[in-house]
Amino acid sequence: MIYFDNAATTELNESVLDSYLQVSRKYYGNPSSLHSKGEEANSLLKQSRKQIASLMAVEPEEIFFTSGGTEGDNWAIKGTAIEKVEFGKHIISTVIEHPAVIKSLDQLEKLGWDVTYLSVDAEGRIDIEELKESIRKDTVLVSIMAVNNEMGSIQPLTEIGKVLEAYPTIHFHVDAVQAVGKLDLHLAESRIDIAVFSGHKFHAPKGTGFVYLKKGRQLAPLMSGGGQENGMRSGTENVPGNVALAKALRILLDQSAEKRRELNRLKRELTDYLSIFDKVTLFTPENSAPHIVCFGVHNIRGEIIVHALEKVGIFVSTTSACSSKRKTKTPTVQDMGYSKNEAESAVRISLSHYNTLEEVEQFKDVFNAVYHQMKEIE
Amino acid sequence: MEITEILVRYGELSTKGKNRKYFIKKLHGNVRLKLTAFKKINIVANRDRLHITLNGENGEAVMEELKDVFGISSFSPVIRVDKSVEEAKHAVVQLIKKQFKENMTFRINTKRADHDFEYDTNDLNRILGTEVERAVQPISVRMKEPDVDVRVEVRLDGIFISVETLSGAGGLPVGTAGKGMLMMSGGIDSPVAGYLSLKRGMEIEAVHFHSPPYTSPQALQKAIDLTSKLANYSGEITFIEVPFTEIQEAIKKQIPEDYAMTITRRMMLRITDKIRGKRSGLAIMNGESLGQVASQTLESMLAINEVTSTPILRPLISMDKTDIISVARKIDTFDLAIQPYEDCCTVFAPAKPKTKPKLKKVLEMEESLAIDQLISDTLSRLKIQTITRHDNSESTDQTTFDSLF
Repeated sequence: MIYFDNAATTELNESVLDSYLQVSRKYYGNPSSLHSKGEEANSLLKQSRKQIASLMAVEPEEIFFTSGGTEGDNWAIKGTAIEKVEFGKHIISTVIEHPAVIKSLDQLEKLGWDVTYLSVDAEGRIDIEELKESIRKDTVLVSIMAVNNEMGSIQPLTEIGKVLEAYPTIHFHVDAVQAVGKLDLHLAESRIDIAVFSGHKFHAPKGTGFVYLKKGRQLAPLMSGGGQENGMRSGTENVPGNVALAKALRILLDQSAEKRRELNRLKRELTDYLSIFDKVTLFTPENSAPHIVCFGVHNIRGEIIVHALEKVGIFVSTTSACSSKRKTKTPTVQDMGYSKNEAESAVRISLSHYNTLEEVEQFKDVFNAVYHQMKEIE
Repeated sequence: MEITEILVRYGELSTKGKNRKYFIKKLHGNVRLKLTAFKKINIVANRDRLHITLNGENGEAVMEELKDVFGISSFSPVIRVDKSVEEAKHAVVQLIKKQFKENMTFRINTKRADHDFEYDTNDLNRILGTEVERAVQPISVRMKEPDVDVRVEVRLDGIFISVETLSGAGGLPVGTAGKGMLMMSGGIDSPVAGYLSLKRGMEIEAVHFHSPPYTSPQALQKAIDLTSKLANYSGEITFIEVPFTEIQEAIKKQIPEDYAMTITRRMMLRITDKIRGKRSGLAIMNGESLGQVASQTLESMLAINEVTSTPILRPLISMDKTDIISVARKIDTFDLAIQPYEDCCTVFAPAKPKTKPKLKKVLEMEESLAIDQLISDTLSRLKIQTITRHDNSESTDQTTFDSLF
């Protein structure tokens, strides 16, 4: 079995699961309780936050635990909208955002907000000039993802940050779900106000995640209640999940430069190989994230390739698992200027640092066979 | 460029005449204790200075530790470069640039242990001085009291340069002034009183009154955590836990409410004084600041202090609360201290304690208490432990839970 669908979700790391189980069994207290059972759970929670903050080179007070990327994006967008409604109702985003962003913006549009969606070029990148022109007096939020989940294209966050330096009151939200471990975000020094992370994309349990909120920035909570997470996200804390999340992040970022080099090597192997087939189009641009390769075989729908590969135990994806069954937005491939037909052929391979060169070699053989089989029926 | 040595200058103790040797010896010991984690360093104490040779240990980390050692007025990192004039020029310019301010003054002060080196001291002073004037502007040479004193030493194994001078903690080496008992409540004030006592060279032992179940395990832990912060300045501190429940209950039952606070304080002082006697302390310290709360009026102090003739030192007596808080922040005890756990001073606190208690009435009321019995009973149940800067809940949790992360 070869698992090449790590942008959809990842296998839970064994030692991370160990911590999750141990904490669930032994330290099941509620961190808010006064007794020692509560105290020890609270210590674990504090240590998780501290570890994540230190790995991200930010302050522990800037880290808020959530249930994952979708919650984080919803919170960043709706929390900003609630917080800043008096200052304006205009938001800037892009056409290639994750549905968690697009759908949150849809909801706000129905409530009277105005949203400008920036287009992307053939490389899947926004145009800085278009961003500049889109900023208005009543703009309160700019929401742009770091790494696109379908293509792996990277947005020019530093340049965007520079543009926004002149507008200190605009919140800059970055969906960093696909960027963690793949890109250095330098959160503390950057203009980024809110960054959203999800645990299950890096071998932590599902239902875990965290949001970075820069000190001094205001965000209205969406979960009201017992005042957990410094009043920003009520609900009894997921202590085992958060401990597991902190551990998974440590493992991910340990020797991350080396892991990234290795990922890039695998990606290079794949793209070099795929580009020798004349009916294969590589959608993933140069200078993209090291773990995503998106391509299509001419006139063959992506899902056919997915199922053909699955038959021999190789798991890949059409673009974005979240939308692969329910069509919620146009595929990013199409936003980049390809035809609808080409977009429908898109197949995504997404790697994790646990994948190996042998797996890539195996994939090549299998793909070669599938390709020739498809060519016949085309 | 790497830091290879650190030069430590003594504080006030330089003026201590005959005791000087004793002070230097204490300081040497305290520095050694503070730097035990750095296995490879070598410390030599001279008459005027302490030389720390790093032998590969991290100089920045060592200096971070030295900042908390009392009895040090200042210290300077020494940087080694290869034995070439070009290297020395480059290093001196870089180091001056790091602390450059417009129109600052400097001097170059060269010594040469390696007399075979191609330039003599005058040459080197001139070459390096000229280079600094060329590369850093505006700056000028000044031989008397310059802003920056650049010390250059040519030895057989390289050129050693020191430019930066960092302030030390000042004060006197811990332990040179004798031992006192610190009444450690768990609030903002007592750790600051402890810090200031340490700064004047005292060794301290912390006495904490614990009244379970009226006070929580967290309140006790907080007092230990605060003591651990103070241990940063003294290596280790003896922490004495006094079981105080019976006495507080007796007072609650038998003493009119408005005098309960005064009499509670008298009991605490009596017990602390007994502990002091047993453990050869010479004084008692507390965090009282005049007029801050009911127990801290002069009338209260008179009525409470009457139980002993031992010197009661009150380092904070004339400090404003804001000043106390700023010290607490500096020594990192503030955030801990403001955690809302009740201590035994607040647990039975009457709504309206007497701010001007009368000693005569106090003495009458105390007749209903079996004071000697209560005290000897309490003293037989003391819990004594040694706290280092690592003995706090955070590091304990860290080690207990480390395997999970």
